[in-house]
Amino acid sequence: MAKYVAPVQGKVGQIIDVIVLLIMAIGALYIPLWMGLAGSSKDPQPVENPTWESLGQNPAMVEQWEKLGYSDAASAAELITARFDYSFSITALIVMIVVIVGYYAILLRFSEKEYREVIAEKFGE
Amino acid sequence: MAQAQTTEHVGLARVLGPAHIWALGVGIVLVGEYMGWNFSVGKGGAYAALMACWFAGILYTCVAMIDSEVTSTVAAAGGQYTQAKHIVGPLMAFNVGLYLVFAYTMLEAANAITFGFLIDTVATMSGHEAGSLDQRPFIILAIMFLAWLNYRGVLATLTFNLVITAIAFTAVIVLFLSTSGIFTDSPLRHTELMSGPAAMPYGWLGVLAAMHFGLWYYLGIEGTTQAAEEVRSPARSLPFGTLAGVMTLAIAATLTWYVCSGLMPWEYLGQAGVPLFDAARLSGSTFLMVFLGIGTMFATLASANGCINDASRAWFAMGRDRYLPGWFGAVHPRYRTPYRAIIFLVPIALIFALGAPIDQVITFSILSGLLEYTFMPLNIILFRRKWPLESINRGYEHPFHPLPAYVLLGLCGMTFFAVFLGYGTQLVAMIAFYIVVSLWFHFWRYRFVNRGAQFTMPWPKPRGY
Repeated sequence: MAKYVAPVQGKVGQIIDVIVLLIMAIGALYIPLWMGLAGSSKDPQPVENPTWESLGQNPAMVEQWEKLGYSDAASAAELITARFDYSFSITALIVMIVVIVGYYAILLRFSEKEYREVIAEKFGE
Repeated sequence: MAQAQTTEHVGLARVLGPAHIWALGVGIVLVGEYMGWNFSVGKGGAYAALMACWFAGILYTCVAMIDSEVTSTVAAAGGQYTQAKHIVGPLMAFNVGLYLVFAYTMLEAANAITFGFLIDTVATMSGHEAGSLDQRPFIILAIMFLAWLNYRGVLATLTFNLVITAIAFTAVIVLFLSTSGIFTDSPLRHTELMSGPAAMPYGWLGVLAAMHFGLWYYLGIEGTTQAAEEVRSPARSLPFGTLAGVMTLAIAATLTWYVCSGLMPWEYLGQAGVPLFDAARLSGSTFLMVFLGIGTMFATLASANGCINDASRAWFAMGRDRYLPGWFGAVHPRYRTPYRAIIFLVPIALIFALGAPIDQVITFSILSGLLEYTFMPLNIILFRRKWPLESINRGYEHPFHPLPAYVLLGLCGMTFFAVFLGYGTQLVAMIAFYIVVSLWFHFWRYRFVNRGAQFTMPWPKPRGY
């Protein structure tokens, strides 16, 4: 196999490549945050006139809450009542599975093609 | 470029021993016991967090076994990136390199956020008005100082890590011994705090969901392989340092869970910023409070320090191979560190440390780690297939192959589902990023990479090619 000689990349090209990579990375991480789509689905449940009993706290728990600086039930109510919503649709789950499996399938397929070139050049056909 | 061409041929210095490897691995991860693991309590309750801790322990044991075998043979900077390059192929290697960089850079950002939060907490306890302290200067200073330390040399960096990691680990042990009832009456109240609905607030689904942050107990231990090119005896030091690190962390994680879940209601523990420090406060001992405050500070610094070390090695290795612009592949002529990679990653860490909530930053780090762990079973299966045991010498051969690979794959699948429960948007966004960036690499960037020159190991031709 003929040896592949990679072109030398100029300084401007190198800078552009880094900027493209950074935009993609920061975008992937920040766009869900900016759009308000990211984050846990943990929401506090409002409780009117909460008491330690109505919040399901026994005396030992109350004692620890007080040591932590929560002197009354109202101040701790938001923390205590917040719960994750784990409901999900089967469609969303299937989409997630397809995306993950598809991603690894792309990786393995393209990698194999590139790897065969590497081995052929290194060890000969 | 002329300078880069001349400096990149200077090798990294081989100065590290097994203790440094242990310190690098445990130093990065020990902060996971000081913060972040407790979000698994929030996702499933205290019992769920303990089960997640042990399942994650099995996951990381598989990771350490697989990693030790491959790394004891592939002793070069870049760790899993270099493994992927030689075993699976360039595109996989590029992705693995990015997993490493993002997992460690996000972890570094999370450490800096926690460092700022701790300073704020101490200021409030000292009489400062709650929430009025500007944490940003402390975050920036911490990252800049550690980057400078990394710039100056790996031996000083990891010796610093060895000392502060040992102190932070000792703090966890002292807290456990002081509160367990061995020497004095125990303040722990597991029975009362974990009774009734507090036992399993989300049922068994919560156990599954808790695996998401369960990874945080150990995330980063695989970073030991990044130092492969700077270790005096890689075949001995890397398996020893990595496996000793996993054992250390399994003990520290269980002790941490035991103390914290016996002192705090799960609703508080599940969202606490500095849970071990809170536990020390609740113990009623000023000495413990000060010691765990110092321990938290040291753990965050040790972790951020190791993260800068590892992320920069991965970025450097990709630059050296032209997967990224070759400018990053330079070694400092005097300090022999990948200084350009170290400097370049500083502002990226700052962007996230100053602008994103900590649970998001941790999730980004965990997701990158999870994608990397999913690669490992594929890696070891292909490694054994292409180079069977008798074909090349291995410094370490992991037992029961392919069982650890299948167990690891199964646990990764379980953790993907756990992340999906509550953080599905980030999961899809991050994988969409990796798909786009993979296409960019395959169709554009790869043209700048020489083909055969990427394969640098003195191995025979792989079987089947």
